[in-house]
Amino acid sequence: MPAWDYDIVIVGAGPAGLTAGIYAGRARLKTLLLEKLIHGGQVMTTDLVENYPGFPEGISGFELSDRMRKQAERFGLEFRTGEVLELEPGPEHHLVRLQGEELRAGALIIASGAGYRKLGAPGEKEFTGKGVSYCATCDGALYRGETIAVVGGGDTALTDTLFLCRFAEKIHLIHRRDAFRGEKFLQEQVLAQEKQGKVEIHWDSVVHEIQGRHAVEALALKNVKTGEESRLPVAGVFIFVGITPNTSWLQGCVSLDEWGFVFTDGEMATSVPGIYAAGDVRSKLLRQIATAVGDGAIAAFAAESYLEHLQR
Amino acid sequence: MSGSEPLQVSDATFEDEILKSEMPAMVDFWAAWCGPCRAIAPVVEELARDYQGKVKVAKMNVDENAKTPARYGIRAIPTLIIFKGGQVLEQITGAVSRSLIENALKKAL
Repeated sequence: MPAWDYDIVIVGAGPAGLTAGIYAGRARLKTLLLEKLIHGGQVMTTDLVENYPGFPEGISGFELSDRMRKQAERFGLEFRTGEVLELEPGPEHHLVRLQGEELRAGALIIASGAGYRKLGAPGEKEFTGKGVSYCATCDGALYRGETIAVVGGGDTALTDTLFLCRFAEKIHLIHRRDAFRGEKFLQEQVLAQEKQGKVEIHWDSVVHEIQGRHAVEALALKNVKTGEESRLPVAGVFIFVGITPNTSWLQGCVSLDEWGFVFTDGEMATSVPGIYAAGDVRSKLLRQIATAVGDGAIAAFAAESYLEHLQR
Repeated sequence: MSGSEPLQVSDATFEDEILKSEMPAMVDFWAAWCGPCRAIAPVVEELARDYQGKVKVAKMNVDENAKTPARYGIRAIPTLIIFKGGQVLEQITGAVSRSLIENALKKAL
């Protein structure tokens, strides 16, 4: 009899956690997947995933994660809604504390992902849900025929600018540098929209205030090269300025990098034996669905090997 | 099954179905490509069944109806609004847990 409730507890039901669940399920390990809100993670808010292999026409983020969930369920993965309040690593097992409950896990896989980073500009907090948005697929249609702004220059900012072109009359794309970081393929499409006058790009610019009375009415911009300030009237602003890891719940149990992402080796092992990390929560070069599923598979396999050695 | 499924409402039927409803009503403002909306849809369906005869549970597609979302200043979805006697009792934005929605519904009963 193993001295724990679950062979593996996975925290987070995005692509990394779900893939780890598929592999752990097929390894016939008793596995629990904990998710604090809804399965899918950040993928859930992606309109069309076009760079995940096997879907030449693209697939909606919701459908992709729903398929992963069904696949994991088929192999016996147990799902539960719950938030981990505390983690206590140990040599025999790891204690996972939930609201009113304690679970003993033989191995643990951290797949808690990342969330959107805030801009930190005055007005951002007050107007969240009143013109400030972090989800184009959620809120885009509420700006039909209006002038809006997008802040950022990475993949998400570019993808969502293109998505918002369906609804908005005009989009001001505000980027703090003089070149985008997002995929060239996406840049080409955004530049095509600029030619047509649908998108206006404000290079080298930052938002230093979000203004309005009851809802967003304008942005105060500053050009970082010339120092020139301007006021841009908009009905809404979509902020895509990167991500921040969901690692506060770990409370320093495992080593984190300077931004709070979890350090692992090539086998997804963290600084604590028997604790692995997978997906966006890891300190790594590229955070994509394609890399998250690879991490998840490796983490489950490494956890399986760890448990085998432990029981010997 | 009529009555146990969420009722689809539009700008045209909103006044009669929701504001003039004798029962408290909850409207789920959603759109097809909004992942979080699709994620909470099963919860809204469950609540429609569980509160049948007590709360009128309805859905409005914001992509097809612009007037009502504008009237209530909705700039983010999913948004759930609970109405009682034509007045807004509670407005919940974002994908939230069933228990949070249920607590708000119980206040309307």
